[in-house]
Amino acid sequence: MTSVGVVTPQTFVHADALMLQCGERLDGFELVYETYGQLNSAASNAVLVCHALSGNHHAAGVYNEEDARPGWWDACIGPGKAVDTDKFFVVSVNNLGGCHGSSGPPSINPATNQAWGPSFPTVTVQDWVASQLLLADYLGIHRFAAVIGGSLGGMQALQWAIDHSHRVHSVAVIASAARLSAQNIAFNEIARQAITNDPAYAAGNNPEHGLALARMLGHVTYLSADGMKTKFGRELKSGDLTGLQDVEFQVESYLRHQGQRFSQTFDANTYLLMTYALDYFDPAKDYNDSLVDALAATTSKFFVASFSSDWRFAPSRSQELVDALVQAGKPVACAHIESEHGHDSFLLPIERYLRTFGAYMNHLHTEVTNAS
Amino acid sequence: MRPDLAIIADLINPGARVLDLGCGDGELLAHLQANKQVTGYGLEIDADNIATCITKGVNVVEQNLDLGLANFASASFDMVVMTETLQSVRYPDTLLLDMLRVGQECIVTFPNFGNWRCRTQLATHGIMPVSGHLPYNWFDTPNIRLCTFKDFEQLCRDKNMRIVERFVTDRDYRNGPLINRFPNFFGTIAFYHLSRSR
Repeated sequence: MTSVGVVTPQTFVHADALMLQCGERLDGFELVYETYGQLNSAASNAVLVCHALSGNHHAAGVYNEEDARPGWWDACIGPGKAVDTDKFFVVSVNNLGGCHGSSGPPSINPATNQAWGPSFPTVTVQDWVASQLLLADYLGIHRFAAVIGGSLGGMQALQWAIDHSHRVHSVAVIASAARLSAQNIAFNEIARQAITNDPAYAAGNNPEHGLALARMLGHVTYLSADGMKTKFGRELKSGDLTGLQDVEFQVESYLRHQGQRFSQTFDANTYLLMTYALDYFDPAKDYNDSLVDALAATTSKFFVASFSSDWRFAPSRSQELVDALVQAGKPVACAHIESEHGHDSFLLPIERYLRTFGAYMNHLHTEVTNAS
Repeated sequence: MRPDLAIIADLINPGARVLDLGCGDGELLAHLQANKQVTGYGLEIDADNIATCITKGVNVVEQNLDLGLANFASASFDMVVMTETLQSVRYPDTLLLDMLRVGQECIVTFPNFGNWRCRTQLATHGIMPVSGHLPYNWFDTPNIRLCTFKDFEQLCRDKNMRIVERFVTDRDYRNGPLINRFPNFFGTIAFYHLSRSR
């Protein structure tokens, strides 16, 4: 499989105000995004990629020929891949409140000329969708062929179908849920406590330890017990237990490395903001807690996929969404993919996953190009 | 189109809500969507079949029928179809009742173990029947709940399931006077149209 190659992020500047769900007004904002593939003349082949908690706009390709780290969804996006960039024009955006170039806590608040930091307004999944819609207008995309995403990205796709069904032909909700479970919120709360209890956070500095701890916790929940067993087992770093070291087990070393790297590249306030957006996402809430009613007015088609060992967003959570869609009489295709890689599965090149998702996207391409 | 599916398609009203259990490659639902404007969903467990359904634009949901239909609301479908699958599910009796809970009516097709070929192999050769329609050996067959038409109709009586209509054919899905006279002996496949008892 080939890659989309070297990509360059672009910036969308929205000069007008955006009213947020929390009641605050953002006087203009910027969104950083990347695109892959070509928009056709009817503008009918556009796909929007929504990222998850710690993701960003860099979903596919590399930044230069030597770049060894392709975008986070490179397994799925590229020429001949499940989301085929020879067919689709793919737009991938860094969400509002992010820390990779879009307006967010690390960017400058024009009112104060200082970084927003913790004062950046609370944003919700609905706010993200509203801002993405403005980007679509700017790019001349009246109707997306698909809005796709995994985890928190899948929640945005679902919100698109509920808020702007007429502007999206289909949505792919992968390894996601229509709302978080209490267990999920609990994990997010521990992560937030790790960050806010780090003395560096109170002092206004980067809470490296807290952020690393939050990431380590997250990582454990993104993997499965079997997956960790396969990947690390009980392997010792030094090979024996004589002269106990600080880090003995491979899994400890891995988690520390992941935590440390994350703490140097991610913003603590963005992490807090993203976890709140996750926790508060609940489109059924406005419909007397009936997901069926929330979906009643949607006209988009749905693709729902889950992974057997994902306990953070378990297959049963995807099934809840599918059951509601069937009950509401909406078009849906659903696959539960066998995988030992836990929640992270949605990022990985799992044969059946890519084949099924690819079949869906290719069928979609025929539909949208025949219609236009 | 597969001849048995054509027979079933004729029994389904235009615009109906249809649930197809073990929908295979989605041929029936694709036909019904294109020609009868039905809202259809297929339940399937095989990965290749699911991908084929998706390629055809058929609504397919990955679901193991042995775990029941509890996730579907009562009376949420007009017709629930199950083609040549009854003999391979773990709990055919409870599944049939669940089909009639979820749907107003249902259509079930399955092979007849009372067919003369089966009877002959067992009676004269003393071996488990293997035929074109039931091609498996006893040790590798997915068909773990084989029955005769008589058995099935007894179950319908016991469970208060009403047989609206029965249509019996040979292995090429043809019907004839001999089959109509002695269905449980000459029939190979039966199509049962069931509803809840009044």
